[in-house]
Amino acid sequence: MSGIVTQRAGNAQRRDTQIGESLWVRVLLILVALAFLGIFLVAPIATVFVSALSKGPGPYWDALTQDETLDAIRLTLLTAGVAVPLNVVFGIAAAWLVSKYDFWGKSVLITVVDLPFSVSPVISGLIFVLLFGARGWFGPWLTDHDVKIIFAIPGIIMATTFVTFPLVARELIAVMQAQGSDEEEAALTLGASGLQILWRITLPKVRWGLLYGVILCNARAMGEFGAVSVVSGHVRGLTNTMPLQVEILYNEYNFVGAFAVASLLSALALVTLIVKKVVEWAASSRQAKRDASARALVPVRSTVSFEGVVQ
Amino acid sequence: MRFKTRGVLPGFGLSLGYTVLYVGLLVLLPLSAMVIKASSLGLSEFWLKVTDDRALAAYRLSFGSAFVGSLLNAVFGVLVAWVLVRYRFPGRSIVDALVDLPFALPTAVAGIALTTVYAEHGVLGEPLAKLGLKVAFTPLGVTMALTFIGIPFVVRTVQPVLEEIDPDVEEAAAVLGATRFQTFRRVIFPALLPATLTGFALAFARALGEYGSVVFISGNMPMRTEITPLLIVTKLEQYDYAGATAIAAVMLVASFGMLLLINLLERWARRAEA
Repeated sequence: MSGIVTQRAGNAQRRDTQIGESLWVRVLLILVALAFLGIFLVAPIATVFVSALSKGPGPYWDALTQDETLDAIRLTLLTAGVAVPLNVVFGIAAAWLVSKYDFWGKSVLITVVDLPFSVSPVISGLIFVLLFGARGWFGPWLTDHDVKIIFAIPGIIMATTFVTFPLVARELIAVMQAQGSDEEEAALTLGASGLQILWRITLPKVRWGLLYGVILCNARAMGEFGAVSVVSGHVRGLTNTMPLQVEILYNEYNFVGAFAVASLLSALALVTLIVKKVVEWAASSRQAKRDASARALVPVRSTVSFEGVVQ
Repeated sequence: MRFKTRGVLPGFGLSLGYTVLYVGLLVLLPLSAMVIKASSLGLSEFWLKVTDDRALAAYRLSFGSAFVGSLLNAVFGVLVAWVLVRYRFPGRSIVDALVDLPFALPTAVAGIALTTVYAEHGVLGEPLAKLGLKVAFTPLGVTMALTFIGIPFVVRTVQPVLEEIDPDVEEAAAVLGATRFQTFRRVIFPALLPATLTGFALAFARALGEYGSVVFISGNMPMRTEITPLLIVTKLEQYDYAGATAIAAVMLVASFGMLLLINLLERWARRAEA
């Protein structure tokens, strides 16, 4: 790992000074790339905010404080509030399992964890309808006991949890595999218990990856549309999340309202991107710090002090 | 634990048990419910449902526009990755961050925004309409939406490979008299090919199942602009569970095929890098 960052910077510099393209080729390529991203990324995201504020801040605020919109915001917060913690606990367990042990069937497990990514959101909703819907496997039993899952909040939470569940696990698996287990094993020889190792060594070590995983999982949980749309039944004020509210307002030609709700979700997406940048920056500066201390100290990595490990 | 071969840290049983239980309840049980439902249809009924004209038109549109969208992404994704890795220009890190937007932006938001941009009186829709290109509510609109959601895949798979290419090989090519374009075509492009194909396959797999960003811009006309996921939803809304499940099973098989292909491509990419 050591020195990759500095080596990459060196690679870039060498190319710039010795074998780069001519200036006009560079400018042309940059402009074409920016035009592509402008058409496909910048135009839509700018449209969201421009349309939301097209009638001024008054109507924008009114659209956001409508009762049905507030209900949708509340339901979205509730859904993410259940789905994200569930997936964080799962993500930590799965990443611990995959990164600390070798066992039979590990690659199958990793594939299964990734499965929701390759399933259409519509199918993610459909599978829960087939299980819990009126004519599903558990449908008759649920009707007898007066429990509603499909076209109700539990179904929305289940579908959201399904769609977002690889996000934290994937992020943590990557970080924990890259960092290795030396510090954990050192703590074990010093008599730390499993819980102490997890709490005082592993979690602080992966905190940046964990933070990005949580933020991304949260953004996707709040923004999930396809799966939730299939299981929600669109009961106004009851089973509408924010993305569903966007759809309803848009189909009623209430564009300011639709884009006002959309602007909240877009702001959340932009915050997610900023957090990602900060996390990358923190990780690379930590790597640089490690490289520096590795050069300054004896070649054996110091694992005695817990503070040193945490850094 | 007989099948555990390495690892001294405590917690193997607990983390294995919890992970398997969670995955089993949340993923495997619901997915197997669907497979069982689909297989209970009987072969001739299943075949009839998955090959009727409306379903065939939906597959054609979904696969066709996903293919074209991913192809666009393969070309422009390599270009964007190249520009981000090789050149320094103002706003580069903002552009780099923005590439992930389709991952983070809710699909419904992307859908209404793209529709507004490409509607007949939209910012880009109006000039395109004057050129005779109707985007919104046509298969072209579907392709645009599927291009949007696929943007991060090629860029993010090609970027790290491009960063790792040793300047020595490019210098060597230049010293041996290759022009810059020859160097790209004969030296750099072959090194990028596995990553580009992986990114293409990832974008294609994602585009096949995409729903939210497409339903607004497509106009949802049966036989013309109806994508397969929308057909599943329509059948569900008509309580045709059997029909919805049959078509979903076809899509699921297609996704698993893509998953397998992506795994093979990634293995090839790793070998090519080593």
